[in-house]
Amino acid sequence: MKNREIAVIGGGPAGLTAALYASRMGAEVTLLERHSIAGGQLVKQTHKFFGSQKQYAATRGIDIPQYLLEEIERQGVEILLDANVLGYYTEDGVLGYEKDKKFHVLKPERIIVGTGATENVLPFANNDLPGIYGAGAVQTLMNEYGIVPGNKALMVGAGNIGLIISYQLMQAGVEVKEIIVRGPIIRGYGVHASKVRRMGVPINTCCTVKSAHGNTCLEKVTTINLTENREPIPGTEREVDVDLLCISTGLSPLTELLWQAGCQMEYVAELGGHVPLRDKNMRTSQESIFVAGDASGIEEASMAMVEGMLAGLCAARDFGYDDGMFNELHYDAIMQLNELRSGEDSEKIRKGLKECLVKEVIR
Amino acid sequence: MTLIKSGVPSRDELSTVIPPRQKLEKGPVVVVECFQEIPCNPCETACKQEAIRVPNINDLPIVDHELCNGCSLCISKCPGLAIFVIDETYSPNEVLVKIPYEFLPLPEEGDIVTALDREGKVLGDARVLKVQDGKYQDRTAVISITVAKDFSMEVRNIKVRG
Repeated sequence: MKNREIAVIGGGPAGLTAALYASRMGAEVTLLERHSIAGGQLVKQTHKFFGSQKQYAATRGIDIPQYLLEEIERQGVEILLDANVLGYYTEDGVLGYEKDKKFHVLKPERIIVGTGATENVLPFANNDLPGIYGAGAVQTLMNEYGIVPGNKALMVGAGNIGLIISYQLMQAGVEVKEIIVRGPIIRGYGVHASKVRRMGVPINTCCTVKSAHGNTCLEKVTTINLTENREPIPGTEREVDVDLLCISTGLSPLTELLWQAGCQMEYVAELGGHVPLRDKNMRTSQESIFVAGDASGIEEASMAMVEGMLAGLCAARDFGYDDGMFNELHYDAIMQLNELRSGEDSEKIRKGLKECLVKEVIR
Repeated sequence: MTLIKSGVPSRDELSTVIPPRQKLEKGPVVVVECFQEIPCNPCETACKQEAIRVPNINDLPIVDHELCNGCSLCISKCPGLAIFVIDETYSPNEVLVKIPYEFLPLPEEGDIVTALDREGKVLGDARVLKVQDGKYQDRTAVISITVAKDFSMEVRNIKVRG
């Protein structure tokens, strides 16, 4: 069995920065990524990022992994691709993963969980017809594999993901007929909404999918309007002819490993579901386990990168590592997070964090 | 309808970002159509004139239209594609508008394209004067078009004719 100081699970924005800063401090790090390339959701995010220069603002998501990977590789981080972590066994501190159709084990002293999120589903009649996709799948097909997923699309959800993917569908030549959203307001950034509106796409609030129709694949969707309390209004059904229905109704933290490892979890609606209790350094109730990114609560990639930085720094510090910059970088990460979350837009996140952020993690 | 309800800013919302008349009469000037406090500041970073400031990253950009020389370096750096440059002094009847554009095919200089408003509605014809699509723009081309003067605060998109 291989011993390792730090294992980072997940090679997305949080995991990449965690590996980067942990190794920069001097720790020996293995990064496990289940996909064949590192980058997580960044590999399909063709839009320019918000934030400040420190979080690669105005850089396209797809271009960010290469900057981080160059640095990570130079520092000698071991990167295991196509490595799917299956479990963490607290009794003996062993991490099991599958790679090349074999089961492998690794014994890390610290783990940073950056497993990201999973998409929420929407229940309606025939929601398993071919042509009905989660937004992530649409983005993967288009932006990773160059496959146009349909000709005429209806988008469900007007959060940032729904708005951005509607825009990207149009860039790929797909006609987006409309965007519908259950609630009375557009949750995503107004600027993203304006981008699709000026392309002539209507956004209909208080509207959802009632049912989907088609013989072998999607041909038509029936929508229905809702009251502000989300009650369906009979008689407001409309039929929309589309062969692509894209569901973008939010994300939930992907936390199976944290549950299995016995981390104390808390349901925090504002953060998207069950999340681990953590201290300000992203340490969970298990001393050896840190968390970063969407697995700790759904936010933007800029926050995930800074959380990864914080977890990486602090996990390495547990071994006494410090390249002389620890205090400065640690302070910088805390300040960046405070700053990113200080606005009106982050009110919900601040409220959610109060419920899972603990001063001293109970052991 | 407001931005949060429809995705299109209302007249009231727009009135907070439209440059003063006397500046519009002098030459090219930026219009930053950013209405929500989101953590973002590449416009400030891009501006060499210090005409756009974002003191705290969550603040709305504070635009000093007097300091803006219309250089347009900010247009392609805004991740929200919310920045436009307007020159109402271009000619007696026409206004020059610079628009961020991320669709292929790009128009070519001299092309007649369709001018669209904030809802994608057709306003009329626009002539493409210039297409900037270099390394700096990083795949957010900046298209300079001329349109009838009435459309200066309406035109925000184009449709390239196939």
